[in-house]
Amino acid sequence: MSDTALERHEQTLGEPIIEVRGLEVSFAGRTSLLQGFRRDKVSVATAVDGVDLTLHEGEVLALAGESGCGKTTLARAIMGLIRPNAGQILFRGKPLGRKLHAYRREVQMVFQDPTASLNPRQTIYESVAEGLRIHGIHQGPNGETEEGLVARALSQAGLRPPERFYLLFPHELSGGQRQRVVIAGALVLDPKVIVADEPVSNLDASVRGEILQLLLKVRDELRLSILIVTHDLGLAWTVADRVAVMYLGRIVEVGPAEDVLLHPRHPYTKALLNVVPEAGGIDRPILLGEPPDPTRIPPGCRFNPRCPVVATGEAAKLGIEERCREEDLGLEELAPGHLAACYEAWIGRDSITSPLPAPSTREDPRTLGP
Amino acid sequence: MSVLSVRDLHVTYRTKGGDVPAVRDVTFDIDKGHVLGLAGESGCGKSTIAGAILRLHSARTRIEGEILLEGQDVLALRPGPLRAVRWTGASIIFQGALHALNPVRRVGDQIAEAITVHKLAGEREARVRTAELLEHVGLPARRIDDYPHELSGGQKQRVMIAMALACNPSLVIADEPTTALDVMVQAQVLQLLKSLQRELGLAMLFITHDLSVLAEVSDRIAIMYAGKIVEEGAADRVFHEPAHPYTTALAGAFPEIGDMRFRGKPSGLGGDPPDPQQIPSGCPFHPRCPVAVDACPTLDVDLWSAGEDRRAACIHVSGAPSLSEAST
Repeated sequence: MSDTALERHEQTLGEPIIEVRGLEVSFAGRTSLLQGFRRDKVSVATAVDGVDLTLHEGEVLALAGESGCGKTTLARAIMGLIRPNAGQILFRGKPLGRKLHAYRREVQMVFQDPTASLNPRQTIYESVAEGLRIHGIHQGPNGETEEGLVARALSQAGLRPPERFYLLFPHELSGGQRQRVVIAGALVLDPKVIVADEPVSNLDASVRGEILQLLLKVRDELRLSILIVTHDLGLAWTVADRVAVMYLGRIVEVGPAEDVLLHPRHPYTKALLNVVPEAGGIDRPILLGEPPDPTRIPPGCRFNPRCPVVATGEAAKLGIEERCREEDLGLEELAPGHLAACYEAWIGRDSITSPLPAPSTREDPRTLGP
Repeated sequence: MSVLSVRDLHVTYRTKGGDVPAVRDVTFDIDKGHVLGLAGESGCGKSTIAGAILRLHSARTRIEGEILLEGQDVLALRPGPLRAVRWTGASIIFQGALHALNPVRRVGDQIAEAITVHKLAGEREARVRTAELLEHVGLPARRIDDYPHELSGGQKQRVMIAMALACNPSLVIADEPTTALDVMVQAQVLQLLKSLQRELGLAMLFITHDLSVLAEVSDRIAIMYAGKIVEEGAADRVFHEPAHPYTTALAGAFPEIGDMRFRGKPSGLGGDPPDPQQIPSGCPFHPRCPVAVDACPTLDVDLWSAGEDRRAACIHVSGAPSLSEAST
């Protein structure tokens, strides 16, 4: 890899703000009373199984994958809503301890369904001010009143004039407006990071773009970092600086959005890209089967039972089939900042000089956005 | 002859708060072996049309116009013949397979019920036919005795598809059939639906808000806004070269990966969908339209020609009256 490519890559990224290291989260399966008495082994679902991931200052990172791949669990663990079994989460270089109160002010979450996120009996003002009250903030850093902070958050979220919304209830707003209220509730605490779990999947097609524009706008204006959990790679294409693809509790590919989405290296990423609907694409090959069971993670590369490279005999031809089926593997860098966990992708990685597009087509992620 | 022919359809919900015109003057045809995609945001009236075709609305709902299913006027049918048409003439795959199946009955029995109710076969024959149907939609026949909770979301949607095909209908209405499904499973279900539709030569009305899905499965696409069709034409052309600004906004919500126009620039549409009780005057889209002109709020819009074999209800299309004419 060329030094210039590496430098360029590093220049585009800010300082790490959240670092996830070797994170593991598992859930015990259901047990019957009888099994409990007999002390039978219960099935354990390993939702997140050794994840390393870094979110940098001012970046939008998309975390993509099928349902059940562990992406929401990872996001919740980052929020401190689920305690990990192993591994660490570092915020600005310091590991999270038991006291999460201050951290939760810095890292705010936006959920999928704004209707479920808002208390139907609370006015918009109350909903937005709730965070301030929980954190005991009675005035802003420059002496702003609570009302001033709420008004600023609402107008940052595009609800203008804010006074008009104070006394409304969630049912009086449209879906897009409700999601703006949720975002205002996050912004009012002046966070550094927003974790958005499928923030637009429940919204109407025409409103989605507006909410995504809003997220990019607050990123630019307030220099926030945003982790977007999504199953939609088209969405990742429109907003993300980097994309991480998750499969069965592991990140299998991560890198700059253009590289991962236009030059995917992992067969699973390729399969995900294949199912993005497009005109005339109905007859393309798609991955069969349902997402695998996190209580039974296969040996070797965890994607091998569904992997087309293994199924077509391509892996055998390359002499890697045995490793695919038996040897577990982690991420390796294939190009500056572009990592994948795939034996096939690793073949010939040394000969790859720069799979990045020419510098002119690469933009600084921070200059992107409306 | 078209399998389905809808003429000047108006559907009005009558509520305590007054009449709600949900569908206003909609006309379209679907031929045998063809798929018409119907797109639009929530509340635009697309599911209301589906309900009207099978007359699923309550008796209070006012339905005017003509719905011809294989030449038979559905709106004029008496209850007996109407029951006969439902499922044998046209069937429907509802959105959210998770809630459409009865949780306490075996899925095989639920499919067989459609066959026996219509007296197409006795119980034993119906069971054989059900097993065949399950195999046809890609489920092992042994699943016939499973309960819905034993199936995954994708498998449940396959059961719904088997059920829709049980009585050999000539028209299948698919109302958001993949919305609640995961990406990979969505692609599998779409492929299944499309291959069955081709194989059986079905006419299909496919309803979704996801224009990219429609571009994939449909022959033609109709876009609805505020109860009216605002654009209509061949699927890939409507998706790739929208003539109506609303279609442009919808298409932009599902961009193609690699299209640099959308990189870092999610395209959105300002404003909210109109309240069906207070539809804006003139072109109903004008308050949200990025290219509206002075004439739009008073314009009497119609589906004008927008090039060969396509129409759109916008002042900017080639077949529209010129701006000077419109303002007079």
